[in-house]
Amino acid sequence: MEYLVASAIGLMTATGVYLILRRRTFPVILGLTFLSHAVNLFIFSSGRLKMAAPPIVGRVAESSDPLPQALVLTAIVISFGMTAVIVLMAVGARFGTGDDRVAPEREAP
Amino acid sequence: MSPVLIAALPFLGALLAGLAARAGRTAVMLAAGLCTAAALAGLIGHWPAVAQGAPVTAAFDWLPQIGLEAAFRIDGLAMMFAGMILGIGILILIYARYYMGETEDFARFIVYLMLFQGAMTGIVLSDNLLLLLVSWELTSLTSFLLIGWWRDASEARQGARMALAVTAGGGLALMGGLLILGKIAGTFSISGLAARAETIQASPAFLPALILILLGAFTKSAQFPFHFWLPRAMAAPTPVSAYLHSATMVKAGLFLMARLWPVLAGGWEWTAIVATTGLLTMVIAAKIAFFQDDMKALLAYSTVSHLGLITFLLGLGTEPAALAAMVHILAHASFKAALFLTAGIVDHETGTRRLSRLGGLARVMPLTFAVAAVASLSMAGVPPLAGFLSKEMALEEAAHATVFGLPWLVALIATIGAAWSVGYSLRFLVHGFLGRPRGDMAELPHDPGAGLLIPPMILAALTAMGGILPMQLLAPLADVAASAVTGLPVHGHLALWHGLESAALWMSLAAFGAGIAFLALWPSLSAMFEAAPKLDAKRIYDAVIGTITRLAGRIDTQVHDGNPVRSFALAIPAMVAVGLWAFLGASHLPGDRAVLSPHPASLIGWAVLMLATLIAAIVHRARLFALLLTAAVGLVLALAYAVLSAPDLALTQISVEVVATLLMLLALSLLPRITPAETPWPTRLRDAVIAAAAGIGIAALALSIMLRGPAFPPISIFHWAQSKPGAGGTNAVNTIIVDFRGYDTYGEITVLGIAALVIFAMATALLSNRRALARLRRHDTGGNSGDPHPQIVEIAVRFLLPLALVVALYIFLRGHNLPGGGFVAGLVVAIGLLLQYIASGFAWVEMRRRLSPHALIGAGILVATGTGAVAWGFGRPFLTSAHGHVVLPVIGDIELASAAAFDLGVFLCVLGAVVLAIAALARLGAATTDGEEEEG
Repeated sequence: MEYLVASAIGLMTATGVYLILRRRTFPVILGLTFLSHAVNLFIFSSGRLKMAAPPIVGRVAESSDPLPQALVLTAIVISFGMTAVIVLMAVGARFGTGDDRVAPEREAP
Repeated sequence: MSPVLIAALPFLGALLAGLAARAGRTAVMLAAGLCTAAALAGLIGHWPAVAQGAPVTAAFDWLPQIGLEAAFRIDGLAMMFAGMILGIGILILIYARYYMGETEDFARFIVYLMLFQGAMTGIVLSDNLLLLLVSWELTSLTSFLLIGWWRDASEARQGARMALAVTAGGGLALMGGLLILGKIAGTFSISGLAARAETIQASPAFLPALILILLGAFTKSAQFPFHFWLPRAMAAPTPVSAYLHSATMVKAGLFLMARLWPVLAGGWEWTAIVATTGLLTMVIAAKIAFFQDDMKALLAYSTVSHLGLITFLLGLGTEPAALAAMVHILAHASFKAALFLTAGIVDHETGTRRLSRLGGLARVMPLTFAVAAVASLSMAGVPPLAGFLSKEMALEEAAHATVFGLPWLVALIATIGAAWSVGYSLRFLVHGFLGRPRGDMAELPHDPGAGLLIPPMILAALTAMGGILPMQLLAPLADVAASAVTGLPVHGHLALWHGLESAALWMSLAAFGAGIAFLALWPSLSAMFEAAPKLDAKRIYDAVIGTITRLAGRIDTQVHDGNPVRSFALAIPAMVAVGLWAFLGASHLPGDRAVLSPHPASLIGWAVLMLATLIAAIVHRARLFALLLTAAVGLVLALAYAVLSAPDLALTQISVEVVATLLMLLALSLLPRITPAETPWPTRLRDAVIAAAAGIGIAALALSIMLRGPAFPPISIFHWAQSKPGAGGTNAVNTIIVDFRGYDTYGEITVLGIAALVIFAMATALLSNRRALARLRRHDTGGNSGDPHPQIVEIAVRFLLPLALVVALYIFLRGHNLPGGGFVAGLVVAIGLLLQYIASGFAWVEMRRRLSPHALIGAGILVATGTGAVAWGFGRPFLTSAHGHVVLPVIGDIELASAAAFDLGVFLCVLGAVVLAIAALARLGAATTDGEEEEG
């Protein structure tokens, strides 16, 4: 299971990084979403994996680590807020400047 | 009165003056003036003790960890300076009331002035180096505001910037110096330093500390070569010039040198640096002052010169010289403030301060002339005025100082300085007030009202009386001040006449002769001065600042050119490299943690996630498809959380995924459908390599963490154990969110609320931008089906809302004990509402919506704050929770925690934020062509 989670984190990160390196706003938004997923899963996995052990007192003797879960829970909601801001920036740029580039057109770096 | 209160009263005055803004200028002046007067009265109340040589102290801890103690101490030196600051402060407030124009924002001006007064009082009363430093910086900041008061004038802005750059730059040096000093001494207490003077001076770090501290003092007191900012600061309103640039701020540097005199003075370094700088400044500035045309510039340079003289006296490091310095500080404050106020009156009445256009004012403004005459003759050092007395003392000290084995050199330079000083004092008086009027004045000027005239009159009277009755007026204060500076009892004998054998008398006479000659030769001297090449400090300053700014700009555009792609392409490989470097540089144990074996369903989920992620990267140009793949990944992730024992995360992830996909679908309708292929393949390859490196790196990191157990016991052991007994809930994730780490959550919902408001504001701004709106109207969302709102969907979805409410209520209530809680409940209700927007249209819902999402966000944060604040009522810290059992009819026994109320705040805020964010985007959609048609 650990290998599955680690590989998923890796691939989601790679896709996220590749997409935020694009020139248009929408792929960058998707890239940030992938990166958020990857980071959330990464933080979650730092509590180590456990199956059939939800952190409910009384249900299990030894639960999965509740702290990273609590951190990730709020992080999921905050990433949504961040995505929403960036989406609006993208839409604003699209209608404010007339196109959806992330930077003015010029020589590739 | 406690010294703490005395130091606080000016700030109270600033507050009251600001509050009195509506009540008129006189009320503002009274509010500030009464606080100043109260502080002065409190100060004077300590006179008997201070005169006995017993300082009054008060202290409380501020930041004891770094040695910062709010320690205040009133000794003779503090008494003298605070008395000047507060006493002249009152006069300045009265003067400003009548000086400032009707259209000025007088209350704000007085607020700044009082803040400055408080900062100055803080400097002179503080007994802690760090506290002194804080006040010191505060004077730089407030004086910036005051100098730049007329911000429409570029002169004022430049002057303020220059003053800030020089004095704040000096402040940085001072900070370094004081920290070194405190480090050597092992204490930041000023009164504690004196006893360790020998240890301090023996330390190898003493010289650097001394130089840094003197840099601070010299910049503040406008000593050569940092003198150039002071004349530029004359762009300030005259009350400011009179207050800051004669009596107080520029004296802060002198105060600092006097305050640290017992610690720093005594060695050759001190005398070499301080006395030399002071003497040079005195002569150079006195000469420049003589040739100024602007009255205020003349006074500014003369101030620089007098500050130089006092610096010189302090630099000599002897007790009589310290006494002379104190007497001259008192004398200078009285006559210079009076002269500035007079210059302000002249400006106010004639509209000019240029000596070449003035003259003959004595006849039309006799009272102003009388004040100017007394004050400028005192500045020139004419007996029996205070200026004569202090200058005699200073010249006497100069006559006995020997440098380079030449006993006459210092005396000669001092006499030349005194001669120029006589010259400019007489020039101010003669060219300004005597002779015939040179300029053409529209109407005849006259003496101003009492409000402008009385403050300088009082000061002129003081400078006259100080000379006539020195032993009664000047000596007591100067004695205690000099005793405090030197640490030895000083009893000076101040008198006008010291007999014919006094060297100072002959130096004075010579200076008078030369000064009068200078004035007589004015036309030719002036022509020579104008013809001579001059080093323009401003141009040097501009060149230095300009170079720094250009250099910073060049580096900035190199590193950060505003293109995020470039920044990412540089930053991500750098991060990977740092990670790799750290990994290779450390030893590692093999991972020995047992690995979980996946069941087949997990493998399928994993395969779906991997495939969707990979395809999304490859086909990302087809935006809608890529978006659907992203959503699929999010859903698989929710499943993964469920399998991996995180039911709360699964619930949150799945509901956020719905909302986020909705949001991006809306966004996509406003953006192009396809990303054009515009990056060449080498760039794509480079990006792929970067992405692969980042992905492999993070995967390896995650794996190596998961294959090893925790290095130390996780803190969640505490949360788990205390979840039920401490927070009254069995869902440990929820108790962490609403209780253990409630402060975090509190911040997070606030951020979420602010983000939603930002989105709303951006949408509103976009809709009010005409060009953007025009583009928006032309935009074709493309996919307009024949019937955007099929009735069957509308009806079906309408039933979902109450259902969503019930589900949310259920999730909310069980949240404390079972998976659920405010975050998820808020999202569920938001989804229910958003479905209505989709099914029935933006306008339809907006018309029927009763609750504004703004209000929901506000209510959420208020509820959370209120819940947290209730704990205060029980004497507990913010957000302490409580829980207990309540028996309700029908439902029975339930356990209620105050954290549930906090969770309600979370719920409201999340709901409001999500709805507001998406509604903002929907508003933009409604403004497009299709949206218009639909509404039409």
